Amino acid sequence: MLRLENLDKQYPTGDRAVKGVNLTIPEGQVLALIGPSGAGKSTLIRCINRLVEPTSGHIWLDTQDLTRLNTAALRRARRKIGMIFQEYALVERLTVMENVLSGQLGYVNFWQSWFRKFPQSTIDEAFRLLHRVGLDSFADKRADALSGGQRQRVGIARALLQNPNLLLVDEPTASLDPKTSRQIMRLITELARERDLSVIINIHDVPLAQMFAQRIVGLRMGEVVYDGPTDGLTPDVLTQIYGEEDWTTDADSDADSEDADEAAATKTPMTSTLSDVIPGVTS
Amino acid sequence: MPVSELNGQKIWQRRDRPTAIKHWLMWLVGTLIVLWCWQIISDATTWAFVRDSPEQAMQLIARMFPPNVAYAPTLVRPLWDTLNIATLGSIMGVAIALPISFLAATNTTPHPIVRSIALLMIVTSRSINSLIWALLLVAILGPGLLAGVLAIGLRSIGFVGKLFFEAIEEIDREPVEAVTATGASELQVLSYGIVPQVLPTFVGVSVFRWDINIRESTVLGLVGAGGIGVQLSAAVNGLQWGRVCTIFIVIFLMVLFSEWVSAKARKEII
Amino acid sequence: MTSPAAKPRSWSPPPLIPNPWWRWGLGLGAIGYLVIALSTLNVNWARVATGLTRGTRLLSGLLQPDFMSRWGDIQAGILESLTMTVVATVLGVVISIPVGFGAARNIAPTPIYLFCRALITISRTFQEVIIAILFVVMMGFGPLAGVLTLGFTTIGFLSKLLAEDIEEINAGQAEAIRATGASWLQIMTYGVLPQVMPRLVGLSVYRFDINLRESAVVGVVGAGGIGATLQTAFNRYEFDTAGAILLIIIALVMVTELTSVFIRRRVQ
Repeated sequence: MLRLENLDKQYPTGDRAVKGVNLTIPEGQVLALIGPSGAGKSTLIRCINRLVEPTSGHIWLDTQDLTRLNTAALRRARRKIGMIFQEYALVERLTVMENVLSGQLGYVNFWQSWFRKFPQSTIDEAFRLLHRVGLDSFADKRADALSGGQRQRVGIARALLQNPNLLLVDEPTASLDPKTSRQIMRLITELARERDLSVIINIHDVPLAQMFAQRIVGLRMGEVVYDGPTDGLTPDVLTQIYGEEDWTTDADSDADSEDADEAAATKTPMTSTLSDVIPGVTS
Repeated sequence: MPVSELNGQKIWQRRDRPTAIKHWLMWLVGTLIVLWCWQIISDATTWAFVRDSPEQAMQLIARMFPPNVAYAPTLVRPLWDTLNIATLGSIMGVAIALPISFLAATNTTPHPIVRSIALLMIVTSRSINSLIWALLLVAILGPGLLAGVLAIGLRSIGFVGKLFFEAIEEIDREPVEAVTATGASELQVLSYGIVPQVLPTFVGVSVFRWDINIRESTVLGLVGAGGIGVQLSAAVNGLQWGRVCTIFIVIFLMVLFSEWVSAKARKEII
Repeated sequence: MTSPAAKPRSWSPPPLIPNPWWRWGLGLGAIGYLVIALSTLNVNWARVATGLTRGTRLLSGLLQPDFMSRWGDIQAGILESLTMTVVATVLGVVISIPVGFGAARNIAPTPIYLFCRALITISRTFQEVIIAILFVVMMGFGPLAGVLTLGFTTIGFLSKLLAEDIEEINAGQAEAIRATGASWLQIMTYGVLPQVMPRLVGLSVYRFDINLRESAVVGVVGAGGIGATLQTAFNRYEFDTAGAILLIIIALVMVTELTSVFIRRRVQ
């Protein structure tokens, strides 16, 4: 179980990206974090494994307060928190297998990792995961030879090789086409169910979030403005999260979603001239 | 305004008046400085020598040809020495530059003070030409190959180190973040997240410097630091121009060869 | 979970060089070369040991430099180095522009192209000091030989890069100028030069930097500049004076480098 208590992040520039967020995520829940660009979604999930150092507040993972850990203890805690990135964040000049094995770096010493001498059990597990994500024959290909969807599958295998209790997923589909996006989301949620993982997914695409998550949290300017079931996203709620817009008409393309989010982020809630459309919300 | 009006006609000029005057002044001052510098050099020159320099040049060429081919076999050992000075010096330079570059890059340095010290080492090494390093080392260690190797090595640290740390600063941050997020130690983040990204640049820069070092090590012998420069110096001082010409041809071939190797190796990496 | 890979599969990273013969051959060859090369060094350890005390003296000379005893020589040397750098850079840049145009395959006729390329190759192959020796022999000792050396090497450096730039320019822009009926010289000044100008200025400033550094060296063979003063100081074992000169060189190079970075940023 993960519990965030009054989590706050203020950057040195003065931007307060996360403002007193309280959240509890029970075991096995898939939670989608939605909100306009600049709402603090990325900062929030990076605060959880302290890639971004929170300014104040507490992060309880089971019985451990992550904000109080020293460097060594934080490293140990991170071993149990998997992370998946928007641009896949693979090391392009390493092979697929080396990228997947990097998920176990926290368990081997430096020289073992330098000479790529991982325990046989880890290697077996890595092959199993590669099979599970459908990349059987790719182990010795270099990561930069792969397509976007394949790279994201490697990213997923890397995160799962950590055998995590918690999965942090940052915009997994933002760089992928619609079909691949759905396949990747399905893979993540299936794996989460198999392993009873808690998952937090940052996501731009509201219909995709509704389709695959069990719970939706809407973030706006660093604050939680919606927390509830997927079918509770009424036009009113969406207006509260993204700003004024006609939410009842069906948009026919995903292509505008980036622009729309950016526009939404810069507009104040009272502006009613938003011309771009958040993709189809009728479901 | 480059466009102005005069008697109802639009006049276009490349620059408006104040800018034009500024440009003109800059050129004037620049020209004066160059002329003044030339004056100083001209004063220090014995023009009588310069006047018969065409004649000297013709004589020089006449005495250089034909090159002394019989002398060539004795140059094998000096060439081998030159190659060794360049190669061993490059290896030494790269080995020392590696840790320094990680200390000098903003994203891997442990502390700003350490960074400034590393940068100071790089600047010092870069500012002093390898021949001056050789001069210094020959005075300390006595003449020989060792002084040459160390001179090449010390000069290479700065060149290689600068390009290395710039490469480290330009890496993609995301993979580093991802490796950190798995709970890897700092050294592991370095070896998995950073080293694979910079390795091709590192190899390319090292080979490139080796190529430059071959050229540099041909003259170290002039100050006693070994290599073919020793023979060159002796031949010039003895006015044996046939030998000098042979040495030039040999150096020319060697440098062309190293350039070819270096270009081919760098192409292979990318 | 489906587990087709039930049998344990070993894995090791794919080797850099797939062919084992090449891999082991190259590895052993490299080690063999290192052993042989290191053994040719012939280090005289007794001499090195006595040298170390001199090394400490040099270090203390760097820490307590003596600017005063030979201030006259140092001042004259530095001034000469600076003036040589200025004249040589200007001379080199002025000559490298036509040579650079001549060495660009896309605009130069073949005979001119070959001549310019040969000039560049010679200038780039030989180390500055070798060229300085030749100029000293022809012109006599003094800074003029140094100026000609630095100017000549500048041509090799600048023309080559300039030629490469010209070969990569946007042909459309030059085409458009040609279409207006412009002459060859007009095409060059309107269609080609504006495209390569910013980089040319940047490279010239960078070359100024290099020339300053080199001007400290050519003095070793009598071609003027601070090098001769430095060599004298080393030969007399006046390490405190040598230290002072080295510090001045480092400071000068740092100042010009910072200025050059500043100018290059503004131009590009």
